[in-house]
Amino acid sequence: MDISSYQVSSLIAILPEIGLLVLAGTVLIMDTVVRDDRKHLMGVTTALGSVLIIVLALFYARPTGESIWGGMIRDDMLAFVLRLSFIFAGGITAIFSLNYKSVAHRGDYYAIMLGAVIGMCFMASASDLILLYLAVETTGIAGYLLAGYARSNNNSAEAGLKYFLFGAATSGIMLYGFSILYGITGETNFVNIAEVLLSGDVALSAVLGIAMLVLVGIGFKIAIVPFHFWAPDVYEGSPTPVTGFISTASKTAGFAILIRFFIVGFTGSEYWLPIVAVLAVITMTFGNLVALAQTNIKRLLAYSSIAHAGYVLIAFVAYSDLGVASAVFYLITYVVTNLAAFGVVILVSNTVSSDNISEYAGMSRRSPFLGLVMLVSFLSLAGMPPLAGFFAKFYVFAAIVKSDMIWLAFVGVLNAIIGLYYYLVVLKVVYVSPAPDGSRPIEISNISKIVLMILSFGIILIGTASSPWFDWAYQAAIELF
Amino acid sequence: MNFPILSVITLTPVIVSCLLFLFPSDRKEEIRITALIAATFTFGLTIYAYFSYDMDVAGYQFVEKYNWVESLGISYYVGVDGISLPMVLLTGMVIFTGVLISWGIDDRPREFFAFLFLLASGVFGVFVALDLFHLFFFYEIAVFPMYLLIAIWGWKVTREYAAMKLTLYLFIGSVLALVGMLAMYFVSGLGTFDMIALQDHEFSRQFQIFWFPFVFFGFAVLAGIFPFHNWSPVGHVAAPTAVSMFHAGVLMKLGAFAALKVGIMLLPDGARYWLPLIVFLALINVVYGAFVAMKQQDLKYVIGYSSVSHMGLVTLGVATLNPQGITGAGLQMFSHGVMTALFFACVGVLYDRAHTRDIPSLGGFSSKLPWVTVSFIIGGFVSMGMPGFSGFVAELPIMLGLWSAGSISSEYFIAPYFTWIVMISVIAIAITASYILRVVQRVFFGEMPSEFEGHITSSTGKDKIAIALLAAVLVLLGVFPGWMAPLIHSGARSVMSVIGGV
Repeated sequence: MDISSYQVSSLIAILPEIGLLVLAGTVLIMDTVVRDDRKHLMGVTTALGSVLIIVLALFYARPTGESIWGGMIRDDMLAFVLRLSFIFAGGITAIFSLNYKSVAHRGDYYAIMLGAVIGMCFMASASDLILLYLAVETTGIAGYLLAGYARSNNNSAEAGLKYFLFGAATSGIMLYGFSILYGITGETNFVNIAEVLLSGDVALSAVLGIAMLVLVGIGFKIAIVPFHFWAPDVYEGSPTPVTGFISTASKTAGFAILIRFFIVGFTGSEYWLPIVAVLAVITMTFGNLVALAQTNIKRLLAYSSIAHAGYVLIAFVAYSDLGVASAVFYLITYVVTNLAAFGVVILVSNTVSSDNISEYAGMSRRSPFLGLVMLVSFLSLAGMPPLAGFFAKFYVFAAIVKSDMIWLAFVGVLNAIIGLYYYLVVLKVVYVSPAPDGSRPIEISNISKIVLMILSFGIILIGTASSPWFDWAYQAAIELF
Repeated sequence: MNFPILSVITLTPVIVSCLLFLFPSDRKEEIRITALIAATFTFGLTIYAYFSYDMDVAGYQFVEKYNWVESLGISYYVGVDGISLPMVLLTGMVIFTGVLISWGIDDRPREFFAFLFLLASGVFGVFVALDLFHLFFFYEIAVFPMYLLIAIWGWKVTREYAAMKLTLYLFIGSVLALVGMLAMYFVSGLGTFDMIALQDHEFSRQFQIFWFPFVFFGFAVLAGIFPFHNWSPVGHVAAPTAVSMFHAGVLMKLGAFAALKVGIMLLPDGARYWLPLIVFLALINVVYGAFVAMKQQDLKYVIGYSSVSHMGLVTLGVATLNPQGITGAGLQMFSHGVMTALFFACVGVLYDRAHTRDIPSLGGFSSKLPWVTVSFIIGGFVSMGMPGFSGFVAELPIMLGLWSAGSISSEYFIAPYFTWIVMISVIAIAITASYILRVVQRVFFGEMPSEFEGHITSSTGKDKIAIALLAAVLVLLGVFPGWMAPLIHSGARSVMSVIGGV
């Protein structure tokens, strides 16, 4: 890389990543110097630092749309929007972690999480196979550590190991695909790869083969069928804040590379789209049907998140600017909504020390506030207006109808009904079932209450004043086409 | 810029439902009073809007339009015409009386009124919508609070089953309609969800024939069209009183209204193609609903099935595709809305005191509940289509419209049978008379069973206000239809100018 190309603008473009690194270092130092009774300050610092980075990025690091660092990074709107959502998810997760005993007072926990966020940020902006793989591994390794963080708990250890084994295997397969791709095209940059592929010199079977190999790695990240097997166990076993983090930020990062790799790198060779369409149908239907039978709230959310990946895949299959815009919008709303849902789960499990749905009986009486947040987030996941999830689903179905795949739209809407059913069943337990005798009110710390209020307000805001968010997503999409 | 009255009407309930959550949940009386003030305010505004509509100008009035999602041509676009304005008035009336009737709810009244008001906002939003997306958005808002309202405050025996059944039926219908609406949006190529612009677009006949059933039946599920009516009586029975009033009085109209506005007005060729089927199904509604109602032992089921029957008349009126029929359908929507709201209010008052709705075990309530008795009888007369009551005013134009639809639209193979359809419908109305009179006689007259003696209190002042208001409107419309019929007729004419071809 040419030293003279180091410019201030290139540094500014990765300002969020630099900020995260500094923040991670700060938290690690705090871990050694802060007194034991003030350890919670590390979580607060992580959250406030994340907010600060978001604000700074909004003011100073607006995307230029250029390729920087020798073509390694594409500084465009897609990367910008998704990076902000990762940092947001990281900050929220830090606050939620304060309520979770086995991780709350550990400085390395917060530092590893920030490391994962850095990896995700590069996943969203990487425009080169090498950086992409490094970013995937950074995120992945941090994720394995986080999932297994509560070592004394067997479930958590199992989750960490399972996540690691699946992750290592699938990313190996993806790397194999990358190496073949490099071998055939002689390029590592997405734009150059696209040029070679467009020239028509590459055999169709090779393109399809590479697409499938890469799809295995991405499919693991976004937990689509048949690469989803890790998800329920990892979701159930991980410390709940980590579950929320993996199910939102990590999944979104996976979609970021799906979108960029396949739309920028594989332009003009869309033969693999029918395969993705079939995967979308299977993923949605499987996720929703299996979710019907769950009795553990974390497993229910795991299967529901598999189903949600299916909806985003539909938007991707639409393969148009509207499709990508709706996918990005869906991911933004999904991050906000699912974080709210997991926030409630964390707070409830603190009091009842169980994640069974039956423990949620009468929750609207034990804590009307948590009941309401649960109502808002679950109805948003189900796609009800005036909540964010409604617009998200609406845009997805609009995109697929526009691309003239009506059958896929019908499969999608019928799946939305199955989803509605199991979300309503949980809400029924929360609102209708009587509370068990002698149950206490659920205690919520003020800071958690504020964060949940922000998230609920965000869900309603995106669901009513949808235009600015959609315009961001749309701008991200048209830069790719 | 004029006072944005429709926005205020639509948004007041939802704002109030948020404000209610600022109250601590144990301040029940304050919560009820706030709800009543908000409902009165909204009702007052709907009355004001109703009487300041300029009938000489007709067309859409009080129009407001703001960009919502500009890049997709979605706008917040509201306005009312002769068809929708009476519906807005009806909704205002039902929310007002519904709050009065629900005064006695003691389990989490804050949440109850919040969800009820959210529902009201959704209903208002649909009736005033001039944008397809706007309509769908509020339609969904009107559907899902029903689940909570029924599941939490409903009748313990069937509430969970009924609430889920209702929600799934309505949601399946609405998402199928959504796909149809998206297809219209993209095929038209106009890049807008503006219904008035889409009305002017000529969709190909093939397109219309393919998509009409999705859109029409998707919405008509909510109007309780046969064979998708099954959720409706079950839901009526399980719902708490105010929700039954809303559900039967207003929500079912929402289905008929949306089916007319989106299905028939945007896809008129499709409507003409599918018309025989619709007429046939609506006739089944009318006759089957009446017969089933006759056999019921539970007072709420009687009224639930009578709603199925009467909503069939609305669909019949709409399906005539001529001005008389559509005017009649509009009047029937209003009249039936007030009437069922009244019926359910009366049954609610009765049930709160007797704790049973089993008709054979009731009797002799006229001495204890004279207001309820008189109002119920007025509702009964409306239901039978007695001259001098609003039911007659509504049903006569429907029958006239049906009769002439047969002679005009001779291209349909069922055209020769329209006179038969009229006759069968009239006979079904006679069946209505039989079951309504049976209920009146069994429940209100005769001898009061001994277990009720002594502890049946008279109705409260608030109950009296609610049922007297509803009953008065029914008589007023029956004796003097001039304050509504011309308005709806003007709306029907503008519908005709859109669908054309008579």
